[in-house]
Amino acid sequence: MIQASIRKTFPPRPDSTGFSLDIDFKAAAGVTVLFGPSGAGKTLVLDSLAGFVRPDEGRIMLDDAILFDGATGVHLTPQARNCGYVFQDYALFPHMTLRENLAFAAERRPRLERHRRVKEMLERFRIAEVAGRRPHEVSGGQRQRCSIARALIGAPRLLLLDEPAQGLDAPLRGEFYEVLRQVRAEFPTPILLVTHDLDECFELGEEMLVLRAGRLVQSGAPREILDRPASLDVARLLGAFNLFPAQIRTLDPGRNTSRVQIGEFEVDGPYFPGRLKGDRVTICVRPEQLTAAARNGRPGPNQIPAILERTVERPQWVRLEFSGGIAVDLPRAEYERQRDNREWVIEFPPAALRAL
Amino acid sequence: MPIDWFPLWLSLRVAFVSTMLAIALGLSIAYLLANRDFRGKEIVDAAVTLPLVLPPTVIGFYLLVVIGRASPLGRIWEQIFRSPLVFTWKAAVIAALLHSLPLLVKSARAALESVDRSCERAARTLGASEWRLFWRVTLPLARRSIMAASALAFARSLGEFGATLMVAGNIPGRTQTVALAIYDAYENGNTTVALTLVLVISAVALGILTFSNWLSPK
Repeated sequence: MIQASIRKTFPPRPDSTGFSLDIDFKAAAGVTVLFGPSGAGKTLVLDSLAGFVRPDEGRIMLDDAILFDGATGVHLTPQARNCGYVFQDYALFPHMTLRENLAFAAERRPRLERHRRVKEMLERFRIAEVAGRRPHEVSGGQRQRCSIARALIGAPRLLLLDEPAQGLDAPLRGEFYEVLRQVRAEFPTPILLVTHDLDECFELGEEMLVLRAGRLVQSGAPREILDRPASLDVARLLGAFNLFPAQIRTLDPGRNTSRVQIGEFEVDGPYFPGRLKGDRVTICVRPEQLTAAARNGRPGPNQIPAILERTVERPQWVRLEFSGGIAVDLPRAEYERQRDNREWVIEFPPAALRAL
Repeated sequence: MPIDWFPLWLSLRVAFVSTMLAIALGLSIAYLLANRDFRGKEIVDAAVTLPLVLPPTVIGFYLLVVIGRASPLGRIWEQIFRSPLVFTWKAAVIAALLHSLPLLVKSARAALESVDRSCERAARTLGASEWRLFWRVTLPLARRSIMAASALAFARSLGEFGATLMVAGNIPGRTQTVALAIYDAYENGNTTVALTLVLVISAVALGILTFSNWLSPK
């Protein structure tokens, strides 16, 4: 269990604007994803935990050990923290073979155990047959597995990964997810993974911390955050929503319904607790929750007519972009049936609408 | 007329010893400059570089002040070794050292600073002490540049003239290095001797510089 409360300020300088990090979080065993745009402070959080950066104040506890405490001035060196760190570029020692890389990291284990431990990790991470080669002589996937094995060989109490899947192609990415699931199953330590890829959060994360400009804006299970973004900021960061400026026309808590005006149209929604009639809100709905069909006469209830402007094709589904900035994801088959249409109606399922 | 090869051997010996000392001293200074932040860091760097731009006579003068027979350091040396330091080949080593140190410190600092920081960070997270990190990661990764710089420092030491003349003198068979022997031979009209030594020392220097270039990371 890692518990951190970190405050760090970088004053503005002639060549850079200032930045301040102010974050409190806990992470238990399992994968916790630090998600956020570049410049949100994700790597700074990892560097503070690993001991490369000294926070101005706060406290970092790993299990029952204090790694940093601003009040008493405790600040352990990276060497003393026993945190495994997988760097973005893997940072394997280029002048050592993969086996030597692991042996270097095993030196803090008892002497008799080292050799066996190195052999075991080489096999477990499927790099035994290239163990005698240098990092530049093996594939990207092997380099990555070696860097994870090296970080784990000293039995760290925390594993930190900085955008490990960045720059990997699709098959390697899949392979990496597989390796990380294996690590999660076999090593009972908290794993903190930095990413700005939402798919990765869902693929790997049990918990997700959303960072923006040095602040934690939401935390929870990835599914939960996608279903209930806490603010417009979070919804924008996730980048997975239609966001419409709207006004609440009626609210009926008894029947759990409401009516909201989006542009010149009105649609039904659920009751929005804490909102008042006449409130201006942002309606948030995911593209795959909307359905679109060819227009056939007058639009029905909860349907908005729209003109198809652009499509973005994906292997399984197609994103349709309509006039008024509405995006709808349709299964490919459904799109193929009606692809020649220009005029469409978009149906808003009332329960899917959220007001932010 | 037979050529006395002693000056060449002496020059090689002086250059070798001074290069070894320059590596030990230069690496330590370069390590501090590359890894520690302290007040006056750039002044230290500039001071180490000074012999590169000052006239050799200035260096020679300073050396006589610091290690001359009347100086405290010179007296301590005389107490311990029962002979003065100046006007021996060891003084020539010190003169050569001062001239080769800047080359080494400059290159070694750049080489140490150019080592991938994330490799060094990785070694730290893996529990390696700063000492082990330096010997096992930083130094091996900077090795080629440092060897190239050492070769350059060796070549530079071979050519020292002015400061050597002032602190070691020009005693044939004892402190007369190639540079001094050539000057002497020319002054005495032994052009053949001078020319031979000139050609030999040029060839040696050319070889060393080629080796240094080959070592330098492309």
